[in-house]
Formats: sequence, C-alpha cells, structure tokens
Amino acid sequence: MSAERRRKAEKIRHLLETEGDAVHENITHMNAERYDAIERFDDFEALREEARAIKEDAIADLPALVEQVRESVEANGGHLYVADDAADANRYITDVADSKDADTLVKSKSMTSEEIEMNDALEAAGVDVWETDLGEFVLQVADEGPSHLIGPSLHRSREDVADLFNEVFDPEEPFETAEELTAFARDYLGEKIHAADMGMTGANFVLADSGTITLVTNEGNARKTAVTPDTHVAVTGVEKILPSVEELQPFVELISKTATGQDISQYVSMFTPPVDSPTIDFENPDDPLGSGDGEREFHLVLIDNGRLDMREDDQLKETLYCIRCGACANSCGNFQHVGGHAFGGETYTGGIATGWEAGLRGEEAADEFNDLCTGCSRCVNACPVKIDIPWINTVVRDRLNGDATPSEFEFLVEGLTPDAEDSVDLQKRLFGNFGTLAELGSKTAPLSNWTAKLGPVRSLMDEYLGVSRERDLPQFQRETLVEWFESRRPRAPNADATRKVLLYPDAYTNYVLVERGKAAVRVLEALGAHVELASPIESGRAPLSQGMIDTASEQADAVAADLEPYLEAGFDVAVIEPSDLAAFRREYEYLLPEAAHDRLAENSYDVMEYVYGLLENGADGSTLAAPEEPVAYHSHCQQRTLGVEAYTEAVLEDHGFDVVTSDVECCGMAGSFGYKSEYYELSMDVGEDLYEQFADEDDRTLVASGTSCTEQMGDLFGRDVTHPVELLDPGP
Amino acid sequence: MSTALSTFESSLDRLEVGWTRTTPDGFEDALASAIDPPAVGVPLGIDGVSLDGTAVETPPTPRLLREANTGVTRAGKAIARYGTLVVDSDPAGTEPVSLYPPTHVAVVRESDVLPDVESASDHLGVRFADGGSSVFATGVSSTGDMGALVEGVHGPKHVHVLILEER
Repeated sequence: MSAERRRKAEKIRHLLETEGDAVHENITHMNAERYDAIERFDDFEALREEARAIKEDAIADLPALVEQVRESVEANGGHLYVADDAADANRYITDVADSKDADTLVKSKSMTSEEIEMNDALEAAGVDVWETDLGEFVLQVADEGPSHLIGPSLHRSREDVADLFNEVFDPEEPFETAEELTAFARDYLGEKIHAADMGMTGANFVLADSGTITLVTNEGNARKTAVTPDTHVAVTGVEKILPSVEELQPFVELISKTATGQDISQYVSMFTPPVDSPTIDFENPDDPLGSGDGEREFHLVLIDNGRLDMREDDQLKETLYCIRCGACANSCGNFQHVGGHAFGGETYTGGIATGWEAGLRGEEAADEFNDLCTGCSRCVNACPVKIDIPWINTVVRDRLNGDATPSEFEFLVEGLTPDAEDSVDLQKRLFGNFGTLAELGSKTAPLSNWTAKLGPVRSLMDEYLGVSRERDLPQFQRETLVEWFESRRPRAPNADATRKVLLYPDAYTNYVLVERGKAAVRVLEALGAHVELASPIESGRAPLSQGMIDTASEQADAVAADLEPYLEAGFDVAVIEPSDLAAFRREYEYLLPEAAHDRLAENSYDVMEYVYGLLENGADGSTLAAPEEPVAYHSHCQQRTLGVEAYTEAVLEDHGFDVVTSDVECCGMAGSFGYKSEYYELSMDVGEDLYEQFADEDDRTLVASGTSCTEQMGDLFGRDVTHPVELLDPGP
Repeated sequence: MSTALSTFESSLDRLEVGWTRTTPDGFEDALASAIDPPAVGVPLGIDGVSLDGTAVETPPTPRLLREANTGVTRAGKAIARYGTLVVDSDPAGTEPVSLYPPTHVAVVRESDVLPDVESASDHLGVRFADGGSSVFATGVSSTGDMGALVEGVHGPKHVHVLILEER
C-alpha cells in the first residue's frame, strides 16, 4: 500500500477502534426512531416535495429575501449584518461584545459559528464563551470538534463523558450515571447563563416578512440563551431564509422526524427579536422581571462565506437546500461505522459535508473524506428536501480528479480513459474502466485469472493500484454471455411473442457471473417473452463511482444509442445489475438529453421486477424451477432506493420460497470500495452488520441482487451466493 | 367532545404529560392539585379564572424563577396532533416562567386546541406581524448527550396541562 493510502487506512482503523462502537450504537438507535416516525407520518412524501419547492424558490429569490429580512429586523428594532466571510463575521460579533463590555457569552448550538471559528475569535477578544447544549459542552470540555451535525458528541459514550468530567471537574463523588452528568452540566451552565452578558444562538430558519428566527432544540438551552441575557446575537447562514410562517410549517414537521425521529422537537422557538419577554436581572433577585433598566438588543448576522457563489454553481447549489438534520449521515453505511471524524471536514459531516466543505472552503477541503461516499444512495430517500447527495459527491470527486497529477506508473492503466480524464489517479482509472479490464481478462482467461493470483502481482497491485490483497479477484470466464447467447439454436426461441424484452448485461454478467445472465434469459423465455441481448456496453456506473463523469457520459451515450432501436421497436429493457438500473433511472438524468433519459427510465426494469410483471399479467409460473431451499435474501442499496426490491421478495414468496431479508443500508462492498486497500477494513466492518443478520441462517441459500453484495457476502460467509433469478432458472 | 380535544388528550398521554379537564368553577382546586409549591405565575388573561387567591406567586422575580418548583402560565393555543403547547411570549414573563421551574403547569382553553401545525399558522402569522414570539413546547425538556436519555435539562422535567372547559 502506498504511504498515502496507509496513512488513511491507519486513521480509519484508529477511529473504528476508538469511536466506532459509540457512533454505531447511537446511530442505530436514532435510525430506528427515524424510520418509525416517518412510517407513522402519512404526509412525509408530500411535505418533502413541498419543502423542496419552497427551498428552490427561496434560494432563487435569496438577494431579495435578504433585503426583506433587513427591513423586518430593523423595523423590529434589531440590527442585521450580512458578513462576507468568517473574518468579517467575527469582527462584527467581537465589536458587539466590545460595545457591551461583555466578559461572558453563553451559546446555544450553532454549526455556523463552528464554521467561522467564532469561539476562538471571542476568546481572543477576551470574552469567555460557554456552550450550553450538553453535546457541545462535552466537546468544549474535551477540546475537540463535532462528529455529527445534530449530535456533535455522538462518538462519546456515557463512560467516556464520565471519565472526562471526573478528570476535569474532580467532583467529591465521581460521576457515573447520565442523570448525574446531566444534572451537573445543567447547574454548571445554569450559573453561566444567569451571569452572562450576551447570548448567542444559531437559527434553523429565518422568516423574511417578520424577522422571526426559529430555533429547534430538545434541551431548552436555546430559549434560555436567547431570552436571559439582554443582548442576543443570532448567527446563521444566509441560506436559512424562508418567506413567511406559511412556508415554515413543512420544515417544522420534517426536521425533527428526519433528525432524531421525534414527531416534533421539544422546543420550536419562534422569536421575533428583540423579544417582548421581560429582562431578567439575577443580581436584583427580588425585583419583578423587567424592572431593571436593561433594554433588549438584537443582532442577526447572516453569513455568506461562499454561499452566494454556491448559488451560481449548478451542481453545488442544491447543498443550500440542506436543513442540517443529519439524516444523510445516519443512513450511510460507512458513517454508521466510522462517524464524522473520518467522514467530514472542519465543520460539516456525513454525506452532505462534501457539498458544504467544497462550497465554503474549496474542493480540496472535501478530498480527505469524499471517497467515503460510495454512491449507495441510501441517503437520497432520507433527505427531507430531496437533495441528490451522491451526485454532489460525484461532481466534487470529478473536480478533484481533474487536479490530480499524472503518475509515473501511468503505463499500468494506459489506454483506459478518454484524454479528458487521463490525469485521474491510477486506482480510480483502474476501477473506473472495469469493462475494458473484464474484456481483456476474459480474452486471456484462464491465464489472466492465474496471473492475478500470484503473490508478486498482488503486491504490485496493492502498492501501485491500491487493490487490497485480501480480496479475491473476479474470475473471468472464457465464454462470455454474448457468445453463449449468439451460439444458441434457435437464438431467440420466442421470436414471434408479443412481449419483447431486451436484457441488458453489465460487464460482470458478461465476463464473470455469466450464469446469472443465462438464467435471466431462460427465465424470461420460460415466461413466454421474446428475449434479445443488448451489447455489453458499460452503463457508466464504474467511472461514475470514481468521479469520472466524462467517461460515464460517453458510456451513457453509447448505451442509449445501442438501446434506442429496441425502444423504438417496442422492447422493454430488463436490467440484471441494480446499480445499472439506478444509473438509467437516476444518474442518466445528468448524462443524457432529457427525452432520452425519460424514455429509458420509463421502460427499464429490474429483471425480477420484470418477472413480477410477466407473472401478474398471466405468464405461467409453473414453467420455472420449483423452490428447493429456504433463502436469506440481501437486496441491493440502490435497488432499495428505487423501491424495486419488493418485487424480488414478492416473486420469491409467491413462488413458494421461504425468505428472510436483510435490512442493513449497505453490504459495505459498494462496487470498487471494498477492493481499495485503504478502505478494506472499513468495508469489512460495515459488512459485519449484514453478517450478523444472517449469522443464524446456516440452512438457507444466500441470495443477493448485486455483484458487489455477492462478492462481499462470499467473503463474509465463505459460502456461495446466488442471484434471485438463478433460483427460478428452469435450466437448459 | 371535539375530535381535536380527544386527540390532544391522547397525545399528552403518549408524551406522559399529565392533564386535567376542568371548568372555571373547578379551576382553583385543579390548579392546587397540579402545582408543587412554591409556585410562580403570570396572569392568565382568561375570563373567569385567575391566579389571585391561589398559592401561585405573582409577579415573577429572578429569585422565584430560580427557586420555584412550579411555573404557571397560559398556553395561547395547543396542537392536538403532537400534544404541543403554543406558549406565547409576553412582557409579563410567560416565556421564562414556562421554562425555568422544574414543573410547568399550562392552562389552555378547550376552544384553543387546534388540530395540527398547519392550523396554527394564522395565529402565529398575526403574532409575528406584530413583533410577537411563540414557542411550540412539546413534552418535557430532554437530552441524550450524556449517553442515555435524561429528562429535565435546561427546561422543565414535568409538565401538566389544565384544559379549561367553557360554558
């Protein structure tokens, strides 16, 4: 492994050992709550649509909305400052503190203030800052950065916090329980709040027409922070503006459900500052509230810091719709195991962090963790504003690729990429061109398979290409699916049938897992369809996952051109590999003209979805193989995002199979991810969740829809794994 | 009984928030049972009921905020679907009194119980336009940041709702 990859692997291993368990336990709990909250909320999909539309409009109108906020805040007697960048914001905030002779400031949780490193600026100006959110307080005491957007100290267990507090605060009786720790922190911070000269909050939403800011918390600290000191400064990103209370409702409903899985958060504070609540002077405890001569003062600091440029960037713009709920992180297989100290930048963590860090600090800021997004797409349905987070990650990866310098080992993968992407990292070029590699491997099999197993070859592959030597490599078949299909007599037995289907094979099916391709042909024909085989042109999935968008575009064009005459002739398209179907339905939107994408997306089906359709329309299922053994089925992450895994389950169950299914987000292999030397251990750690689900299912046939899942399960269980369509194969 | 009201009561049950249905005549007794003295309160602004002559001290002072066990306020509206109290801020101190003491007793008129968040928009819109502030308060303050769920952090550990029937 190269030095750079070794360093990355070591960092990941360290985090898996130190923080992985706490992160995994906390996120598993949050996810269970989230799924339940969404399950019992009928309006979820409709409100996501509505929230998305509101954000699209608000970001489009942002300059006008900022001016409206200015008028509203000033009409209320407050001050608005739009800060260009971190230094500008910090200068303004320290000036406010200076004008109030402030010695102490209490803060409610605010990621935007972390982004601009406001605490440091205030401390440098001589102001003591206290975090009142208990998670943030833990981080402040530990002097470390957040690892999650909404649970900043999620990587710490109760034992960790108790050890930390016992060491720092040295109590007479050591803290043990969460109750003791909470009571201590509440009292300690309560005193800080009573004595503070200033209060600082973030703002989840800002309403333009009234100047009202919305704060969402469970602890109540934002309320105390905002209304106890006489001076309140709210710091937030300029993108948080909504027009009015009418547009606020969908977000109030969504944010708690997608963040913590609560129906609604304990406190949704909607303050129109300066608030009319009386001032509280704890130094004169017996005078009625409001009788001191304190007057309330309010400053709203809206921070640009790159956001207005993001608005002009067609690809990064969607990031501005983000409401910081953290659902993308929680639904991410990798994040669940390694947390935000690996999967995030200076401030923002999880799937959406790439968009934020790239937009605010430049693309290089996302380089360190961007590859941890495997494009599994499980975050896509989790996002309350329907941001295509995997696409943002792909785009940033593509931009980073463009900046890579050519390597001296260029010759190893020569000829694998179009000129436009010939400076891309060797490892990415290798995995991004699996189709070319597979074709070569098949032509030279079995020699290629034998060579690839040699120790020195694997060492070289590890060192220069970053291919983990722990992984078995694909075994290329000498006879391809296309050759088999062409050699059959008759080549298409149901040529007169009215139901015509074009089977699309990926390179894996054509050169490696040829049997699942043959089974698909025989099953579709047994159900009476006229089957033709598409050319085994790669869908672009492999280069997409390496951020090689030019290569993917060329492949998408080639696939579209190959499929076009069949679509014209009324063929449906059945797809064996779920990630290819996901490309056709999702990513091709970015790669093909709209009409071509729409037509392909509407007429392509998962192969088992298509079988389901044939059976529902009267095809005779008795022509298929009878069920033999009970099965343990793992569907594919992208298949689940598309919602088509249910067809496989329905077909198998209707056909008499006894089926158990997994519900983990991802197998951990995720295409090339699990092959990469630096990520191998994380990949296996993620796979552990899947292993545990089927650990007691020794008597069941293991079944998976995707090739990556097949490989990962092969490694996890040491048993053969079958594609669902093979279970139905009536045989030659 | 209105649907919204029964939904509200079952939502409160789900949140494990106590509630008492009462009338103006029964109000003082219901209040006395709900509070844990010493108690601090703000005038409710509801015809037919008052904190005068009860054990609830007014007006609030900083000492009472720190030392009272119970804070008594009105909730301007309630949201049945989630068992949410809409606590409207005012110069008398409804916001801090509902927040500081470990128990919050909220008085809400039956007719102020709305079905859902959407139906509260008009109430909020009028208030915000006028410079007003409101808080949706649902259940008790809590945190998971110390490694397990703990109730009662910066806000109340107990909440009790007095639902006032009007004749």
